[in-house]
Amino acid sequence: MLKINNLHASIEDKAILKGINLEVKAGEVHAIMGPNGSGKSTLASVIAGKEEYEVTEGNILLEGEDIDELAAEERAHKGVFLSFQYPVEIPGVSVTNFMKTAINETRKAKGLEDMPAKDMLKMIREKSELLEIDRKFLSRSLNEGFSGGEKKRNEIFQMAMLEPKLAILDETDSGLDIDALRIVANGVNKLKSKDNAVIVITHYQRLLDHIVPDFVHVLYNGKIVKSGGKELAHELEAKGYDWIKEEVDA
Amino acid sequence: MSKYTEDDLREELKTKEYEYGFFTDIESETFPIGLNEDIVRAISKKKEEPEWMTEWRLDAFKVWKEMTEPEWANVHYKKPNFQAIAYYSAPVAVDPNKTLDDVDPDLLAMYKKLGISVDEQKKMNNVAMDIVVDSVSVATTFKKTLSEKGIIFMSISEAIKEHPELVRKYIGTIVPTKDNFYAALNSAVFSDGSFCYIPKGVKCPMELSTYFRINQGGTGQFERTLLIADEGSYVSYLEGCTAPSRDENQLHAAVVELIAMDDAEIKYSTVQNWYPGNAEGKGGVYNFVTKRGLCEKNAKISWTQVETGSAVTWKYPSCILKGDNSVGEFYSIAVTNNYQQADTGTKMIHLGKNTKSTIISKGISAGKSQNSYRGLVQIGSRADNARNFSQCDSLLMGNECGAHTFPYIEAKNKSAMIEHEATTSKIGEDQIFYCNQRGIDTEKAIALIVNGFSKDVLNKLPMEFAVEAQKLLEISLEGSVG
Repeated sequence: MLKINNLHASIEDKAILKGINLEVKAGEVHAIMGPNGSGKSTLASVIAGKEEYEVTEGNILLEGEDIDELAAEERAHKGVFLSFQYPVEIPGVSVTNFMKTAINETRKAKGLEDMPAKDMLKMIREKSELLEIDRKFLSRSLNEGFSGGEKKRNEIFQMAMLEPKLAILDETDSGLDIDALRIVANGVNKLKSKDNAVIVITHYQRLLDHIVPDFVHVLYNGKIVKSGGKELAHELEAKGYDWIKEEVDA
Repeated sequence: MSKYTEDDLREELKTKEYEYGFFTDIESETFPIGLNEDIVRAISKKKEEPEWMTEWRLDAFKVWKEMTEPEWANVHYKKPNFQAIAYYSAPVAVDPNKTLDDVDPDLLAMYKKLGISVDEQKKMNNVAMDIVVDSVSVATTFKKTLSEKGIIFMSISEAIKEHPELVRKYIGTIVPTKDNFYAALNSAVFSDGSFCYIPKGVKCPMELSTYFRINQGGTGQFERTLLIADEGSYVSYLEGCTAPSRDENQLHAAVVELIAMDDAEIKYSTVQNWYPGNAEGKGGVYNFVTKRGLCEKNAKISWTQVETGSAVTWKYPSCILKGDNSVGEFYSIAVTNNYQQADTGTKMIHLGKNTKSTIISKGISAGKSQNSYRGLVQIGSRADNARNFSQCDSLLMGNECGAHTFPYIEAKNKSAMIEHEATTSKIGEDQIFYCNQRGIDTEKAIALIVNGFSKDVLNKLPMEFAVEAQKLLEISLEGSVG
């Protein structure tokens, strides 16, 4: 699904990622953990194709294809989805209208006709039930005046609508209370299949109790310094990151 | 990673020519350039006007000669040389008995290019159109359906001949000839325009619509519109313009007068898309418009405008709320790109008791353009319990454009309640990236964000117009990512 080879990336000449190697296969869930400023969100942005970041070395392969030259929307068309840590507001554009535009633009890129309104409605109904979203919510302006929890739930709703191959959840747990966390995690679990993959970026163990990872990676200072199974997350929860820093810096 | 840089955008903007920039070669009869009493007389004679109309024009001309161009607006341009303009141009051989089938095929082809197929309009849109091409109406449709209800809808030239009592009674009563420089000029030389009268208690069954178009090179356009809604009547009027590409600046000075008698309602919607000039700021239409409506008791006038065109726009559709309980509304979207300048807004003059006005203005600036909102809310001493709500939002794209707001308030009655809200925002890279990440490319993302920003006003437009207006917004802002 995703193969990252020796990825170096910088912003305004400041190197953030310093040689990332990662392979994510279909059907897998990977967790990326690490202290603040280690480059977790940068990695997510670079995979999604944010223009401000410059890839200086290495490459990213999606299903064997080098996506380095592709614009963000083209990567999205190929099935890359990023759940944002800080979803932006777009006043006057309803959640429904935004989703309709996103789905039809993706279909257009694949040479398909617009999705018939009937199918779209059915899909919206199903996916909003999955995430326990009130229908009134869908007519509101995108993220405008949404609570932290609503924003994150809306991100996962969009993920459900777009049915990506590779979903990257960037700190989706931040700002969620325990009930919202459960709903969001259940949503993600139901969307998981043998054909797609999920990368969960988080500080904390608690989300990983609900979305159980196959692999856990620790990112520190722009590199993956430790990988392991789900027990690594528990170890980090218990011991913090200092021991890893010491190991690396030693 | 593929990058869409500022340079790419600039390149794209440069090569993007005005959509409707073409010139149709129609035989026209044009007067010699320049303006004097003889020209005014000649225009009046050409149109076979009665003596009173000729005198009215001459009076206006005398007033105009003594006036100077206003300079208070936040726009900068080379003043037109009024003696270098031809003041009358008509497609030749206009026969009032002519039907659409007799219309110059070139003209009809031009409408097609613009997407205004008259035939289609007739059949499908349920819209009666009084088409003004270069000053003289050449086609009027749906006249019969309207006349059955007693509605008069025709060119103002025809109305001067056929309904002189109505025209004479009302013309210049809302916008007096001496109101301002451009209104005086228009009064002296107006070429044609529309006239509409809705009788007492009649709800006009269809949207009335005109399309204006500048065609002859170097020809000024001076439309005159007079719309009277008698007691308890209702009418929705649509006005849309496009103009062909041209290098020298073209002057457009229209006057629109609306009269809403007791309990009447007028909805007046405009989509303005005159040629804005090229990417270097060369050419484009100067659009100096005076639009004003009078509300009698319980009457309502609603102005909705989508302004995307013209190099310079100077326009303040206004309401005089004379009658008690009357209502004035102004909904506006003004888009400026490249070197366009717009100074637009409204005046709400509250004279009657319990009068209400609402102003919603959305300004979108891109390129090196300047976009100003200028509005006056005036509450007279006898206007007890007057209410106004104003909201002025500006959206900036890029770092070289400007947005300005000049709200004026004059209240002479203590019971007045006046609210003003204003916001300024910028389309952010984060918003664009968010859309990109969901599979929406940058152009489409901007269209989406702009449409969201403009939604409150777009919603006020009649359905078919709203779709057209949305497209216009997209075309006007193509390639102007900030």
